[in-house]
Amino acid sequence: MSKSRQVIVESPEAVVGKKFVTIYYMGKKYRVPAGLTVMKALEYAGYRFIRGVGCRGGFCGACSMAYRLPGDYKLRTGLACQTVVVDGMIIAQFPYTPMHKPRYRIDDMKPDAGLVIKLFPEVTRCIECNACTKACPQGLEVMDAIQTILRGDLARAADMVFDCIACGLCSLRCPAEIRHPHLFQLVRRLYGKYMAPKAKHVEERVREILEGKYDEELDKLVELAKTNVEALKKMYMEREIEK
Amino acid sequence: MIGYPPELRELIKVVEETREERMEQVMKRLSLEERDELVHRWHPDYRKDTKRPLRIGPNKGEIVYNEIADLLEAWPAEDPDEVDLSKIDYDVDVLVIGGGGAAAAATLWAIYSDVEPDNIVIATKLRFGDANTVKAQGGIQAADRPNDSPAIHFLDTFGGGHFANKPELVRALVTDAPFIIKWLEDLGVMFDKTGEGEMIENAGGGASRKRLHAARDYTGLEIMRVMRDEVWNYGVRILEFQPAIELLTDPETGEVSGALLWNMETGEYTIVRSKVTILTTGGFGRLHLAGFPTTNHYGATADGIVMAYRVGANLRDMDSAQFHPTGVAWPEAIVGELITEKCRGLGAHLVNVEGRRFIRELEPRDVVASAIIRECAEGRGVVTPTGRCAVWLDLPLIDIINGPGTIKRYLPAMYRQFMRQGIDITREPVLTYPTLHYQNGGIEIDPYTHVLRPDGSWIKGLLAAGEVTGGVHGKNRLMGNSLLDITVFGRRAGITAAKIVGEKASKPKISLAHVKRYMAELEKLGIPRTRRAPKILPDYRGKHVLERYINILY
Repeated sequence: MSKSRQVIVESPEAVVGKKFVTIYYMGKKYRVPAGLTVMKALEYAGYRFIRGVGCRGGFCGACSMAYRLPGDYKLRTGLACQTVVVDGMIIAQFPYTPMHKPRYRIDDMKPDAGLVIKLFPEVTRCIECNACTKACPQGLEVMDAIQTILRGDLARAADMVFDCIACGLCSLRCPAEIRHPHLFQLVRRLYGKYMAPKAKHVEERVREILEGKYDEELDKLVELAKTNVEALKKMYMEREIEK
Repeated sequence: MIGYPPELRELIKVVEETREERMEQVMKRLSLEERDELVHRWHPDYRKDTKRPLRIGPNKGEIVYNEIADLLEAWPAEDPDEVDLSKIDYDVDVLVIGGGGAAAAATLWAIYSDVEPDNIVIATKLRFGDANTVKAQGGIQAADRPNDSPAIHFLDTFGGGHFANKPELVRALVTDAPFIIKWLEDLGVMFDKTGEGEMIENAGGGASRKRLHAARDYTGLEIMRVMRDEVWNYGVRILEFQPAIELLTDPETGEVSGALLWNMETGEYTIVRSKVTILTTGGFGRLHLAGFPTTNHYGATADGIVMAYRVGANLRDMDSAQFHPTGVAWPEAIVGELITEKCRGLGAHLVNVEGRRFIRELEPRDVVASAIIRECAEGRGVVTPTGRCAVWLDLPLIDIINGPGTIKRYLPAMYRQFMRQGIDITREPVLTYPTLHYQNGGIEIDPYTHVLRPDGSWIKGLLAAGEVTGGVHGKNRLMGNSLLDITVFGRRAGITAAKIVGEKASKPKISLAHVKRYMAELEKLGIPRTRRAPKILPDYRGKHVLERYINILY
């Protein structure tokens, strides 16, 4: 086939040979290609991860890390799969955050901040230091969400923390020892289950299906699929497409 | 955090200059013949060098991707004679292998169907929830609007799959769909809704109705974390970093009776005996078929296919892989990651270096991917600073069409992913190229998720659900049908498992007899003993390191 057909493996070798930077991973120095994420750079350096890696796309929260940049006292946090290496950065990973999850029956709960605080009493210890917000790799207003829960506005809080990926960095930084990922999960579920308006059209369709409204039509389609694909192809091409 | 270099900024001007004109343009819907021609010419599924006939097992002679053949024509990781099966570590009713959405749904529905939570074990390679499920952004399909019906959903899915799907499975998929949405809503999933509770439903490639239910662009994450929270609430035992490396079988009946697990951190094995084993191990993206980068999570190495094949499961459609049309092509740090189809659903154009559209953006995925590969191969692509080829995805159009703020509100993950690389997608287009996304085929199941042999008989004691299975999507999956697949068939697996548990009075015996038989076949074929499977993890270590690697601590 054509020469511009790409054979492109994820291997960083593909981009090696241009510019390199120096990074320090838990105190050890490595020369790695510039432009890679911390995760890919460490793999290039010879690491094969078991912990501290998951989806590799910023969704699972497995690759939390902290780092400092040269000449800067600030302790920064991020995801190893999303953060690009910087010359002179010093890095440590946090592949696990110790945290008990309280067990509850969602059916027995109510959308009541008092109940939430009963399960997570440490919420009341928030001292509004904002360390959680600064640590969040998603850029969420974590402290404001905690305060919003304390004010009793679960709907607003659920919206504020919807993009949480449960990396645990806020919990590691929190002097009040709040278990944010589990707390926020409960708040979101209470909103989704009890406060968001129900989708009546979904319920209606479920009822129709249980009543067998579509059985005959589906029987026919399955039959055609097995015996007369050409007829099915025709139906497919002639079907109306919603604009 | 640099953003676009000057040479790309110059090329972006072309995209901006043609935007107004393109908005007026209506792209033609391709006929089935035109689609076929495009796909046959350009899609990796149709390249001669990417596949070969299998030499071993139930599907001997069938054509599969090379990387799959390598895994199936391979020796087991363990030596069956060295494994002590006399001590059972976990003796349970149900073993769930895998840690994604199908595993969670299967576990919950087994519990709802009266399997004791204490009698279930989930064994997974990474953490519970580290799965492709959390990376699914665009949505989940279900025909629940007045102008839609399960029958239309059937037709869309079947046509999108090139009429190669297994009809009974498609029927189950579309019929259960609205029920699944309702179940998830009741669990507390925060779907995007209007103030009155109506679901906000988007268009998706190959779907003739707007039926994609979303939770911003974190749909899979939201569904996964809610189901996971519920599994945690039941206190089910979850063995993390302990993938299954082999199934166990009863030497007398041949039924599956548990699995051999391997602790990735200590190296020791663990034995689970179960009345039912549910395979929910997901797909094969990390095998990098045909050399493509992938959107998949770190553990997507087709372990379930390997284990099931050794007990005689029929594989189907393993000659087909889904390349998502729009993977990230630049910057290098996030190459291969997904740019959700929701972007095209919301109106973003695909644009070549000349500023022209070249395909109706909402054709099925294989068609759009083929068109992008064609543009690059014929010299109308953009060459990136790292030497890859790509086309533009004109994302700022989304806010222009749907109103300012749409991107930040409905595509926060996309916005964030690019912002971290210094690219503001509300103002700048992005560079995209197809990326390995989904295992269309897999283990053949029936609508109750029983795993089938080539002759259609059940492999007793073994169920499978989700990406590891084949037949639901034929040769090409539609957007929004994978989150639906894992929940619909995960649920069905849980219910079927409970039924089997109820009917099975005593626990089966365990052995590795089937592995020994497979090994005899490998021996006959002269397969080198160094080739072993399952693979468990990809290896991205630098060549310069591996060239000097000495293994001393083992």
